[in-house]
Amino acid sequence: MPETDSALSTTMTEARRVMEICNACRYCEGFCAVFPAMALHRDFANADLNRLANLCHNCKACYYACQYAPPHPFGVNVPQTFAILRDESYRAYAWPRPLAAAFARNGTVVALTTGLSLALVLILTDSLTAPGILIRAWTGRDAFYRVIPWAAMSGIAAITLLFSMLALTMGGMAFWRESRPDRPVTGRAVLRGLHDALTLKNLGGGGHGCNDRDGAFSTLRRRFHHAMAYGFAACFAATSVAAFEAYVLGLPAPYPWLSAPVILGVVGGAGLLVGTSGLIGLKFTTDPTATAPALLGADLALLALLWFAAATGITLLLFRASAAMGPLLALHLGFILALFIVLPYSKFVHAIYRTLALIAR
Amino acid sequence: MLAAEVETETWDVLVVGGGNAALCAAITAREAGARVVLLEHAPPAFRGGNSRHTRNLRAMHDAPHGVLVDTYGEDEYWDDLLRVTGGATDEHLARMTIRASAAAPAWMTARGVNFQPSLTGTLSLGRTNAFFLGGGKALVNAYFATAERLGVTILYDTEVTSITLDDGFAREVTAVSRGFPLTLRARAVVVASGGFQANAAWMRESWGEAADNFIIRGTPYAQGTVLRDLLGQGVQHVGDATQCHAVAIDARAPKYDGGIVTRLDCVPFSIVVDRDAQRFYDEGEDVWPKRYAIWGRLVAQRPGQIAYSIIDAKAEPLFMPSVFPAIRADTIAELARQLGLNPAALEATVKTYNAAVVPGVFDSSKLDFCRTEGLDPPKTHWARAIDTPPFIGYPLRPGITFTYLGVQVNDRAQVLMQDGRPAANLWASGEIMAGNILGQGYLAGFGMTIGTVFGRLAGEEAARYARN
Repeated sequence: MPETDSALSTTMTEARRVMEICNACRYCEGFCAVFPAMALHRDFANADLNRLANLCHNCKACYYACQYAPPHPFGVNVPQTFAILRDESYRAYAWPRPLAAAFARNGTVVALTTGLSLALVLILTDSLTAPGILIRAWTGRDAFYRVIPWAAMSGIAAITLLFSMLALTMGGMAFWRESRPDRPVTGRAVLRGLHDALTLKNLGGGGHGCNDRDGAFSTLRRRFHHAMAYGFAACFAATSVAAFEAYVLGLPAPYPWLSAPVILGVVGGAGLLVGTSGLIGLKFTTDPTATAPALLGADLALLALLWFAAATGITLLLFRASAAMGPLLALHLGFILALFIVLPYSKFVHAIYRTLALIAR
Repeated sequence: MLAAEVETETWDVLVVGGGNAALCAAITAREAGARVVLLEHAPPAFRGGNSRHTRNLRAMHDAPHGVLVDTYGEDEYWDDLLRVTGGATDEHLARMTIRASAAAPAWMTARGVNFQPSLTGTLSLGRTNAFFLGGGKALVNAYFATAERLGVTILYDTEVTSITLDDGFAREVTAVSRGFPLTLRARAVVVASGGFQANAAWMRESWGEAADNFIIRGTPYAQGTVLRDLLGQGVQHVGDATQCHAVAIDARAPKYDGGIVTRLDCVPFSIVVDRDAQRFYDEGEDVWPKRYAIWGRLVAQRPGQIAYSIIDAKAEPLFMPSVFPAIRADTIAELARQLGLNPAALEATVKTYNAAVVPGVFDSSKLDFCRTEGLDPPKTHWARAIDTPPFIGYPLRPGITFTYLGVQVNDRAQVLMQDGRPAANLWASGEIMAGNILGQGYLAGFGMTIGTVFGRLAGEEAARYARN
């Protein structure tokens, strides 16, 4: 794809130019991990720039503090340049290679995938169940599987999730091969990287918060992201506990209100709703000068998908004893299926590369 | 508020300028209850004068405080100032500034300025200087946000052209705001509009045609319009117009606003030649932080105001890279051609220098006495043969940081008239009066100290006068 290659080199050239200016200035050293990592270099190889771009949390503090930001002729815009380069790196590390194209119009791809998987689940549910089964109140253990056969549900979930895990791992390995430091990676570096990833230390702006919307400092984005990320983790934990209870203990879903899967799911779902709503709100209210408008679609698509997955999950919980359970379950599983499929081909990959970059820096 | 609305008011305090000194004055006056208008020549994107390019403030402290480690007492601070100025200072004003600097970081923090530990490569300043998180533009942003929150009226794109003085009394202020003339009235006026280094015509008056080859490291808005206006109306000057802080910077820097990234730290590890490929000064006289500020003047005095720093591959890892690419060649002759120098002349200069180098133990981190013998001018430290390709050259030009000419003030920041009396309602802070304390030389972060201390003082005094 010659077009992509030339676009790649343009962004890379701009990123190198910007980093060379920053490296001669270094006023931003206190903001985040990018600038101390940058200062270790005199020259920037493509892999260095990819690593730095993925280290950038897009907090924009350096943009507002920059004496060389546009309209200065040097036109330094680190957050925007790195956002574009980061997106290109997602393509570069994607596995299998042909699916890298999914990052080209990622918002559309994620939205279409979601639509298709919703349609698929709804059609399958309808065609695999006997007439009258779907729209009917079911209660007790096994209620969900009256609507969607256990084998179909767990089979499709297992296949898609395992494939996504494999794709994320392959992408992560490709990133790591290019980005790993020359020196051996110590356990301490791993712990520090994980700590910084889990706490979003680099969205602290050196302790005072980030420029979430404009020149003023705030910690909103960090808090919304925590709500979303830990909400996601809690939902994942809910699913894992449920799978354990179903397959190991022989206790299939649905579970009572005061059970581990439901409590985790409710807390996680609420976190996801709050976090994704807040982040979507910030996307629309932030000063766009330091963002990459072309990437807005990809960001919004994943946020929206997570929002719908959480919202349908909570709705299902509320109405699981009613006749609406069947369609609601199908709807929820449609979104979950879409999520499983798009994980390695969406903004989600930043979690992997960012964490690895924090370890490798 | 629109310019037309600003005209109908009689302001308590009118502040000329939009850098650190102006903002400190405006915020202080507003906090004292005054109704304040601030006139900034630059548009919002370039607001803040030279403060935009700064990064720290020198603060006295008798115990570790915040990001400032160890102690830095009044006498040591004074000794440092005396050394760099060679006595061109006013001890009373200087000691007053030094003492007041102790309270500056806390005052700044309370008004939104964040600090960070000393940057890499500047560890020697960690004891004496408090670094702004994100640098001077972040500080300027914080102060503008605070000023707006407090209700200071700010006009951008507004250049003050004249302050009408009537026997030391400021009657009215005329300006051009977004292209339209504007006349304002205020009970008290604070001038914090900086030096005149960006005024090419004025620089030419002092330096002749050489000034055309000067590069202005900071804001293009330091036109000195108000300074010249006041000096023409009986205000007592301090310093003279030929004095400016000049460092040697990369000649490829933009004419204005290149800032920190255009600096070159390679001089002590190089030989520096002029347009004729001849050396002209001892490059290794002392460590670079103590010598970088003389090289601007040295280059300014060479023909064409240009010089070239020449190193070889051995020296390349020893200094902070400038933002512009090194000019490289495998031979001295080829390097000379790329730099536009006479190849034979540069080869001869390098050969003579190499032959004069005395063997020694090279150490870039201290005065190592690796020197030349029988060479004029000598190189007294870090002299090593230039013999390992690739050979590298950087072009140098004088980079002007600020000018020293200013208005004379007293210890209440009042502007003094030629007869020695203070002007009734006119105060000054920042670069426009820094020459009272810093008559020559430079002490890192001291300009911001003067601006902060005198800005606060001027704001306080002006507000008190206006409200009585």
